[in-house]
Amino acid sequence: MRKMTNNKLQMTNVGIFIILIMVVAAIFAPMIAPYDPSEIVEDNTLAPSIKHLFGTDDLGRDIFSRALYGARISLTVGLVAVTIAVLIGTLFGAIAGYYGGLVDSAIMRSVDVMLAFPSIFLILAIQVMLTPNIYNVMIVIGLTSWMGVARLVRGEFLRIRELQYVEAARAIGASDLRIIFRHILPNAMAPIIVAGTLGMAGAILTESALSFLGLGVQPPMPSWGNMLMDSQAYMRDAPWMAIIPGILILLAVLSLYFVGEGLRERLDVRG
Amino acid sequence: MLEVKGLSTSFYQDEVEVKAVNDVSLSVASGESLGVVGESGSGKSTLALSLLRLIYPPGKIVSGEVLFDGQDLLKLSEPEMIKVRGARISMIFQDPFTSLNPVFTVGYQIAEAIALHQGANRKQAWSKAVEMLETVRIPHPALRIRDYPHQFSGGMRQRVMIAMALACRPEILIADEPTTALDVTIQAEILKLLKDLQKELKLSIIYITHNFGIVKQMCERAVVMHLGKVVEEGRIQEIMDNPREAYTKSLIDSLKVLNDRS
Amino acid sequence: MIEVKELKKYFGVVRAVDGVSLAVESGESLGLVGESGSGKSTLARLILKLIEPDSGTINYDGIKNIRKDCQIVFQDPQTSLNPRIRIGEAIGEPMAIHKIVENRKSKIENRIKDLLDMVKLPAEYANRYPHALSGGERQRVGIARALAGEPRFLVLDEPVSSLDVTIQVQILDLLKELKRKLNLTYLFIAHDLSTIGYMCDKIAVMRAGKILEIGTTELILSAPQDPYTRQLLESSPKL
Repeated sequence: MRKMTNNKLQMTNVGIFIILIMVVAAIFAPMIAPYDPSEIVEDNTLAPSIKHLFGTDDLGRDIFSRALYGARISLTVGLVAVTIAVLIGTLFGAIAGYYGGLVDSAIMRSVDVMLAFPSIFLILAIQVMLTPNIYNVMIVIGLTSWMGVARLVRGEFLRIRELQYVEAARAIGASDLRIIFRHILPNAMAPIIVAGTLGMAGAILTESALSFLGLGVQPPMPSWGNMLMDSQAYMRDAPWMAIIPGILILLAVLSLYFVGEGLRERLDVRG
Repeated sequence: MLEVKGLSTSFYQDEVEVKAVNDVSLSVASGESLGVVGESGSGKSTLALSLLRLIYPPGKIVSGEVLFDGQDLLKLSEPEMIKVRGARISMIFQDPFTSLNPVFTVGYQIAEAIALHQGANRKQAWSKAVEMLETVRIPHPALRIRDYPHQFSGGMRQRVMIAMALACRPEILIADEPTTALDVTIQAEILKLLKDLQKELKLSIIYITHNFGIVKQMCERAVVMHLGKVVEEGRIQEIMDNPREAYTKSLIDSLKVLNDRS
Repeated sequence: MIEVKELKKYFGVVRAVDGVSLAVESGESLGLVGESGSGKSTLARLILKLIEPDSGTINYDGIKNIRKDCQIVFQDPQTSLNPRIRIGEAIGEPMAIHKIVENRKSKIENRIKDLLDMVKLPAEYANRYPHALSGGERQRVGIARALAGEPRFLVLDEPVSSLDVTIQVQILDLLKELKRKLNLTYLFIAHDLSTIGYMCDKIAVMRAGKILEIGTTELILSAPQDPYTRQLLESSPKL
């Protein structure tokens, strides 16, 4: 472990703090939210006030309440999508790195092919064919973002499998599964966790983009992305409708990056 | 020529001070070679880096003097120190595999060192570099100088490192375990080369190693370091025949056990 | 115990092991000396069947299960232990795989304690992680792990070359003692002759994939036949 520079440490702490607040807010949204997020409670496009902290939207719904419930959706989508990506990426990366040879070439060439598609178009194409709903969003994002993890895990496996403790395990007769899960994978976790954290930021952004285009989370369920979409026509008259979800997305993504970078230093991950 | 007085270097980890070099004094005369013997963790490498002021946070040179021709190196400004480092005192390291930059030819790297310190133009620096490769007995220097580090074996790379270190005609060479990573037959060649060069160029050498056998072959005088302190000092033969400290004795006894039959 | 005939293993154009024949007799300690790239480690891994030879045969006498009866101790105590596994578990792993002791927790724990004791480490080390141990201590753990499966034959792949001299002698003495107590057979690999002279009855000199000469330690050290062996002897700095 290395000591972090003060500045970086502070940024990481700020990141953790913001993410924690968002998570708590998301979990306790029903208790914190003053109004039902999809109920029309007031005149439309009211500016922020004591009664409506973030104002109201074009239909007269409370933006503060919608942002809280939106946090639930956006963070959940990010977390689930990145978990799918990490699981698939780790599985393929581990198999490629451990066995090498033809299996490795086959898996890594598929990764190259997947990476060669601009993933946002791929996601859009799939989403157009499927019914856009929150589950499909999570799965589609997960299925299109595992390649980086696969490459990373393969690299780690290639490195670790040459270490003497792995050879020692082989010499005492340990099975492949035992070597992979007991001796290699636990030592490859640090970079996977870092990649997962950074990947979650990416997944949240993708979800926002999809919802913004109307192919993600569907109204009336609020997500930060579709809140942005709703604001399009009201930029001039009700700028807070765009600014609030925009800032939330920015904060979440930026905080995750800070946390990821902090973890990278803390866990002494190279590259 | 070089006199170290009460030098202490510490590392700070989580507010705890680790005294890597603790009140070390030693001296090296002109043309002499001094051995610094110690096991891992003795502080011998930190001592070497401290002499050139190559200690960075969390490490710090805490106190002492490093007098070089009567001038305290620890008091020089960094620009002044740069004129000393690599030019008048230079250093070679243990690992010849990572000490050279893989993307440049060895000629470029030696010439760069020369140009940096002597302000020579490219052509002069280049011909000087060829000359240096010849000095360290690399065959076909004019051809080899265009090769990249990976085209050299470990022993040859260490020769290149020596050429680079000696390019500016330093008065003192600090050698930090320069043969530890090499095979014994190659080690013997490098040691012979260093010894010849010392005579030819009237160098002072500070030879840092864990191996008493090497010190005996290379140096007249030695200091023994243990846990950051100098525990023994004197002519190498006297230390080996008659060690004063229990630590030195155990070190020499272990070596004798291993050398008994071979 | 182990007889190797005309063994060959090439990696591309590199002839790592190029027609090696030798025999390790039961109860002896054979030293295999060679410099980097000589193929000595490849030969050891072929004997342990960690890699397959291109051609040639290896005959095992009195060895039923290679993974249990033959073990290896590695050079680098920094990387030879899994940093995330406690010492006790690392030593217990071969027992679990080969079901050496009854699968009862107390029995396994006792056996781990015995093994730690055998390599002269305190029993409470079982709960520690490798990073809390010194290089010499880690090497002792490596030896205990190798012994856990009750092997008959040990490959010692430069087991002391990255340790300080005083520690080297301690580890070599421990290995000698264990050999006597447990009736072990050793193949001891090193890059110079000093440790081999201290450890072994017989020496094989290897270079560029071939065995140059084999003989008793006395003979090789006092009257080497091959010029390369002489060069090796002359190269090591004398005290």
